Amino acid sequence: MKLFTYARPADAEDALRQGAADGARYLGGGTNLVDLMRETIEQPGVLIDVTGLPGAIEETADGGLLLGAAARNTAVAEHRAVRTRYPMLARAIVAGASSQIRNMATVAGNLLQRTRCVYFYDHAGSRCNKRVPGQGCDAIEGFNRDHAILGTSPACVATHPSDMSVALAALDAVVHTRSADGGRTVPLTELHRLPGDHPEIETVLRPGELITAVELPALPLAARSTYHKVRDRASYAFALVSVAAALNTDGGAVRDVRLALGGVATKPWRAWRAEEALRGRPASADSFRAAAEAELADAQPLRDNEFKVELAKRTITAVLEGLAGGGA
Amino acid sequence: MSISVNGSAAEPPEDPRVSLLDFLRERLQLHGTKKGCDQGACGACTVLVDGERILSCLALAVQYDGHSVTTVEGLATNGAGNGALHPLQQAFIDRDGFQCGYCTPGQICSAVGMAGEARRGVPSHVTADLSAEEIVLSRDELRERMSGNLCRCGAHNGIIAAIAEIYAAEAVR
Repeated sequence: MKLFTYARPADAEDALRQGAADGARYLGGGTNLVDLMRETIEQPGVLIDVTGLPGAIEETADGGLLLGAAARNTAVAEHRAVRTRYPMLARAIVAGASSQIRNMATVAGNLLQRTRCVYFYDHAGSRCNKRVPGQGCDAIEGFNRDHAILGTSPACVATHPSDMSVALAALDAVVHTRSADGGRTVPLTELHRLPGDHPEIETVLRPGELITAVELPALPLAARSTYHKVRDRASYAFALVSVAAALNTDGGAVRDVRLALGGVATKPWRAWRAEEALRGRPASADSFRAAAEAELADAQPLRDNEFKVELAKRTITAVLEGLAGGGA
Repeated sequence: MSISVNGSAAEPPEDPRVSLLDFLRERLQLHGTKKGCDQGACGACTVLVDGERILSCLALAVQYDGHSVTTVEGLATNGAGNGALHPLQQAFIDRDGFQCGYCTPGQICSAVGMAGEARRGVPSHVTADLSAEEIVLSRDELRERMSGNLCRCGAHNGIIAAIAEIYAAEAVR
């Protein structure tokens, strides 16, 4: 691990001041960044520990919730309002990692965690455009069973590994940030960039910009929502396919729906097309399947991950059927 | 400030690269906490920080300045007093909760933290009713909640039996 300076800022202003330094990185729970530093894939010169900044979970004036950036994943999953008003978020969090890791990991750190693509990690033996821009990608022709089928580019096919972010994408969450220029908000679905020609640039955040909170808007239909994760073993594994869904039906028709996918895309994937295909349609297996077909129409499978196309369609259909049947 | 380890104050390391795991083992000579994968995959390094279970291999020691760390060595003396084993340690012996023993300190610290989480209603992946106030620690719940601790000997049945003896509801033991 390269030597760095460690700092504990007193508040967000202090963090921003220190975060302006060259080679500075904000540190949350460290569950991903510390590992990447040990592997020398990340080499920050200054580490600014922001776990002491606000991490409270508060009600907002319009009936939503504000999750402080430093809130631990466990704290979010156990919060009563999250469990009852946004169950898909609690389900997504407890589907990810292990209890020990969820006790460490923060909301903002979860959003900004990096891919677990094995070629990204293999700095000694593989090419990776995220690690060394322009170097090439060994995953595209390599072992790519775990890789993405949506949002990929000729430069990168790595998945975004988060479960929590998939639920946040479905829930219309909004990311609050601070920088030297002041504060701004970014819809979660616009926080992560598609890889395009520059997979090394993963979010729209500017250098030194600090995530301070994630806001969940009031979303009554989310009370009937869930998160379903398909993986190679029953626990403590990344998703092959995951589905976050909320469904509101009226007289057998879909009145409103929220749908997002994990494990299949280069960013937390809001299934806008499927949602559009569903509104006003009968809440039936046929409509759910048709919506899934629409969402996966542009999927670009690789040699080893074609199974994800059908698996995603079936998982979407099954999850929506479960919600339509009254399950949550 | 200082890091409290099993009730004793320790100066945090000068070098910020030192993990909490290496700090415990190499600086404080507390060898109970084990280094397995050193990358957050096995759970052997699990310790309690302010009562919460975490992975000490992914923790920088300096981050825990001002916090209270409990390792397996601290459980023994804090348990029944006078150096007696913690009840869960005795249960691991009684129920054959280990073979080589390498994962055991992590398993035990993890289970102590797990019990606290369940008591305050933290849901798990297998919790059916998210709105429930109380978590019933069934075997499925225990297995899911302990899935961050791997045992390569395959002693998981004994591990779950030991944890169930101390923490599971009477009905599901």
